[in-house]
Amino acid sequence: MKQKTLSNEARVNRWGYFFVLPFIIVYFLFSFYPTIYTFMIAFTDLKGLRVNFNFVGLKNFSKLVHDQYFWGAVRNTFIMWSWNFAPQLGVALLLSIWLSDIRLRLKGRGFFRALVYMPNLLTAASVAILFRSLFYYPVGPVNQFLMNLGIQANVLRDGVMIREAFNFFRSVAGSRGIVAFIQWWMWYGHTIIMLMAGITSISASLYESAVVDGANSRQTTWFITLPMLRPMMLYILITSMIGGMQMLEIPFLLTDMRGAPDFKIRTTSVYLYNMAFQGVNDYAYAAAISIGVFIITIILALFIFFFLQDRSDLKGIRHVKVAK
Amino acid sequence: MSSHTSALNFRRVFIYAIMIFLGLLAILPIWVMLVNATRSTEQINASLSLFPGTSIAHNWKALTNRGFQIQQGFSNSLFIAVLSTILGVYFSGMTAYGMHVYNFKGRRYLWALILLIMMLPATLSFIGFYQFMARMKLLNSYIPLIVPTIASAGTVLFLRQYLASILSLEMIDAARIDGAGEFRTFNTIVLPIITPALAAQSIFSFVGSWNNFFTPFVLISDMKKYTLPMLVQTLRGDIYRTDYGGIYLGITVSIVPIIIFYVIMSRFIISGITMGGVKE
Repeated sequence: MKQKTLSNEARVNRWGYFFVLPFIIVYFLFSFYPTIYTFMIAFTDLKGLRVNFNFVGLKNFSKLVHDQYFWGAVRNTFIMWSWNFAPQLGVALLLSIWLSDIRLRLKGRGFFRALVYMPNLLTAASVAILFRSLFYYPVGPVNQFLMNLGIQANVLRDGVMIREAFNFFRSVAGSRGIVAFIQWWMWYGHTIIMLMAGITSISASLYESAVVDGANSRQTTWFITLPMLRPMMLYILITSMIGGMQMLEIPFLLTDMRGAPDFKIRTTSVYLYNMAFQGVNDYAYAAAISIGVFIITIILALFIFFFLQDRSDLKGIRHVKVAK
Repeated sequence: MSSHTSALNFRRVFIYAIMIFLGLLAILPIWVMLVNATRSTEQINASLSLFPGTSIAHNWKALTNRGFQIQQGFSNSLFIAVLSTILGVYFSGMTAYGMHVYNFKGRRYLWALILLIMMLPATLSFIGFYQFMARMKLLNSYIPLIVPTIASAGTVLFLRQYLASILSLEMIDAARIDGAGEFRTFNTIVLPIITPALAAQSIFSFVGSWNNFFTPFVLISDMKKYTLPMLVQTLRGDIYRTDYGGIYLGITVSIVPIIIFYVIMSRFIISGITMGGVKE
């Protein structure tokens, strides 16, 4: 009995450290330290194949604030994310309400849900190459399909207006639209599943008492389902926004890895890649970009959260709190 | 009454039409890919078809003759995905169990840390991660692709929730009284109980690793160590420019295993999403 005697319980509880130790070691080595290291690199001039670096203060950040390509990338990311998110939530809301409606008694709901969720599991890199081939100019399958329908682009060539296949990846709206479409295509099935789970968790007694009071299905949707789904929609909005700000594989591989046409589908992550792993390998500046994107993401998330949260409080709608 | 029923029927037809349209939209790109993987490049360029051709062997040759090491890439991806899934799920289970059963000092900070990690985007640490790995001479090694999964915050969060809902501490105490060590209790009693949750997390972990493109793309430069998504990426290069039959076949090879896997497991996978998603 040299040591202070520990109670049996405290001694057993010490085992907890052994159980969580691998997690903590790996986290600090592969996540925490790299994050701190990124922050440090952002204040240096680490570039190219050099190993040594000097601290340069806020130079990278002042360059970032005035970098029109960076803000262009932020804009591109945000535009393509919104073009994907609005239809994603809209379509998913409609379908999840229809699929959960008992009165409609739709057949094949499970199969449909499984089908539209499927693209979510596919390798994003392969999906990007696939759509690059599908929209290929001038004889990709999409152009062949449009040609069969007699739909063609009017192009001015040498002063003469001619009709020919669409060159989607030369057009800014076309390229952005394709990126947004792919994101939508891959994610709305997931959103349907999340929303349906949210609808299922709404207490059935709410609907029952509404029906007793003579509410029709439009009224129960409008006054029960939608308000009760608000926390789930908020959760979907915020996670989709955080994910959208990281958008990488699709815009990266769809065109020339630099966001062609004219850098207009270059997202912040693609820009980060261009800076760090192509050309002069400006790691310090790329680190500053990742921190800049992080700050923008936090601001947007807080903005969304408070904006939507306040409104529901003002309306006095009882809402379930989201854990995150 | 009859007008009410016919209005309902009309709505039903309308909704079925939309469901069929969206269902076709999900399948069509995949279908065109499969069909074109079996057609010759001339056929692909000449017209759109929804029926398979006979040039799959030719396309396979066109694809593999240009250094597209499919078997190599496939087994590399499989190796990384299997190993990182096993490690990730096992150690996440261990961490979750440690946090659930033992009341050690700092447990609450660890919990807060795990929630914080969930919120941080992965790109934030990427430059530091790359530089650190480069300095540790771990470029072209699979260690940076496999080992970090040991600290998967999302899996720990999910498993702890599951443990809280299913595990009785009396059972653990009974095992202790019978003289089982702490790790033995975990391995022989707790792991079998949480197998359904482990299986659900394994699927997502496996698919995530299989689909991961960016980390290996930046870290690995040795062609022999390429993963499947990295190989598919090479299809956009100049050497394949004109050979669309080969390109479609290459994409097919990377996508079809996941589709087959999904067809078998879809019910399980879909219930897994909401299991994790809603409780979080």
